[in-house]
Amino acid sequence: MNWLTRVRNSLPFGNKRETPDNLWVKCKSCQEMVFAKEFEDNQQVCPRCDHHERIGADERLRQLLDMGYEVLAQPKVEEDPLKFKDTKKYTDRLKEARAKNPYADAFTVGSGEIEGHPAVVGVQDFGFMGGSMGMAVGTAFCQGAERALKRHCAYIVVTAAGGARMQEGILSLMQMPKATVMTRRLREAGLPYIVLLTDPTTGGVTASYAMLGDIHIAEPGALIGFAGQRVIQDTIREKLPEGFQRAEYLHKHGMVDMVVHRHALRETLAGLLGYLAPAKAAA
Amino acid sequence: MISYLEFEKPVAQLDARIAELREATANDEVDISAELKRLEQKSADLLSSTYASLTPWQKTQVARHPSRPHFRDFVEHAFEDFMPLGGDRNYGDDQAILGGFARLNGRKVMLIGHEKGNDTESRIRHNFGMGKPEGYRKAIRLMELAGRFGIPVVTLVDTSGAFPGIEAEERGQAEAIARATEACLALPVPMVATIVGEGGSGGAVALASAERVLMFEHAIYSVISPEGCASILWRTAEKASDAAEAMKVTAQHLKKLGVIDRIVKEPVGGAHRDPAAAMQSLAEALEEELAALEGKDPAELRRTREERFLTIGTV
Ligand SMILES: [Zn+2]
Repeated sequence: MNWLTRVRNSLPFGNKRETPDNLWVKCKSCQEMVFAKEFEDNQQVCPRCDHHERIGADERLRQLLDMGYEVLAQPKVEEDPLKFKDTKKYTDRLKEARAKNPYADAFTVGSGEIEGHPAVVGVQDFGFMGGSMGMAVGTAFCQGAERALKRHCAYIVVTAAGGARMQEGILSLMQMPKATVMTRRLREAGLPYIVLLTDPTTGGVTASYAMLGDIHIAEPGALIGFAGQRVIQDTIREKLPEGFQRAEYLHKHGMVDMVVHRHALRETLAGLLGYLAPAKAAA
Repeated sequence: MISYLEFEKPVAQLDARIAELREATANDEVDISAELKRLEQKSADLLSSTYASLTPWQKTQVARHPSRPHFRDFVEHAFEDFMPLGGDRNYGDDQAILGGFARLNGRKVMLIGHEKGNDTESRIRHNFGMGKPEGYRKAIRLMELAGRFGIPVVTLVDTSGAFPGIEAEERGQAEAIARATEACLALPVPMVATIVGEGGSGGAVALASAERVLMFEHAIYSVISPEGCASILWRTAEKASDAAEAMKVTAQHLKKLGVIDRIVKEPVGGAHRDPAAAMQSLAEALEEELAALEGKDPAELRRTREERFLTIGTV
């Protein structure tokens, strides 16, 4: 895959200009045409308006971890336990998502170091069925936590999801307590658990492992919340305040420790690990 | 007078005929008691057969029936000596999630649950059973209190979901739910949760992450309401019945999936037709569950609870 295709794939909402070479992408936020290479070199942040575009697991791991990290094989789970079908079969939706994505589901774990600090990084990928949390996501989350326990190092989780995967019904809901079991184990082992909330993090993901971090970092402008905005509006029939459920709004209300620009994430995480990393870390 | 659900129409018609007949012949010399008896039997049989094969969507309606017994009814009739405790010590005292000490056949418990209310005034007061962050934080406080004093925790889950509102978001609805789930998992005392009506999403799981999860025969438990699921996946809430079917929201399905442990029998025609029988049924089930967990080591209880959630749905 060349860099151009990669940029295109990682920009689900950036419209390509109708030029034969596709050298330009349109920023989803300011609508400006940006040279694709410039966008990529800027970590998928718009050089004009600073909009943080959604990025996939591979790109995120590359940005956060030192070179030479290991990507864990995704755990096997029972597929389509409910034999779910809406207007489409769930198995068909899975197939489609897999054809468009490098991984078999929406949570990928990388194990390596951040500026020399041992760390396991789990990344939820919005590009895979909206990052939705089903058994594969919940199990991969646990796999990452287990690796951190084994290495006796920090666990950093990058969240991005519309919520639970409805096609797995109650079993998706059960991933909430399941993931919580692991965050408790990390705490009991004295290991830091850091959450990086990215756009968007809502529903059952927010109401479980995304809000149980020792430290919460959010990317600028990220939508973070429990209930969807339309649901809230339909319930209370009031206008939502300016910037509602955005990273800065959560920061103001005390739900996240800091809002950090993508360019400064690696450095910030390294700084935190400098304070929190357990004394004796196994390689 | 009971309010009939749409699918109970044939029963309603039969009952109306019985009432009519009774009135018309009240002062008559003619003895129609045999005919009345026959019709009543027919109505009872029809009700029984209807309820023996409810669809998931029909169960959803039973679970939401306005006359279904709610938290305060259970407190009054299935438990004794309820001492309500209030407040999260931080913001307020949510009325959608109630709790306090109670006794079940003399046995001490910490009872926590959602209250939906049973008339317009009380429904508004209890916010239709939709908890706010301070409600979940009150639950955390009560669970921790119970844990420290060795009192088992019993929860009665009955909510369409946690409240979706501006202030709830500002005060950290998601965090409160996550912490309540964590508080369940951390308990050093036995915990038994029962889905008594609607178990709606994160707002339910926050009070149901227990080692034993019970469910009333016609209750539902799901990740999203059938209407919500339908409007997202089918793009119309009209398909709620299909969504309820596909999501497997019933106690019978969930028992097979290993998500719940025990189905609590309801009287024929649902808990709302004979609340006293429903309460007795629940009290008996809870008594058995608590007796079985009595004296268990705190670490073992936690391990059992953790294993339950780590292994749900694994191949
Ligand atoms: Zn821009």
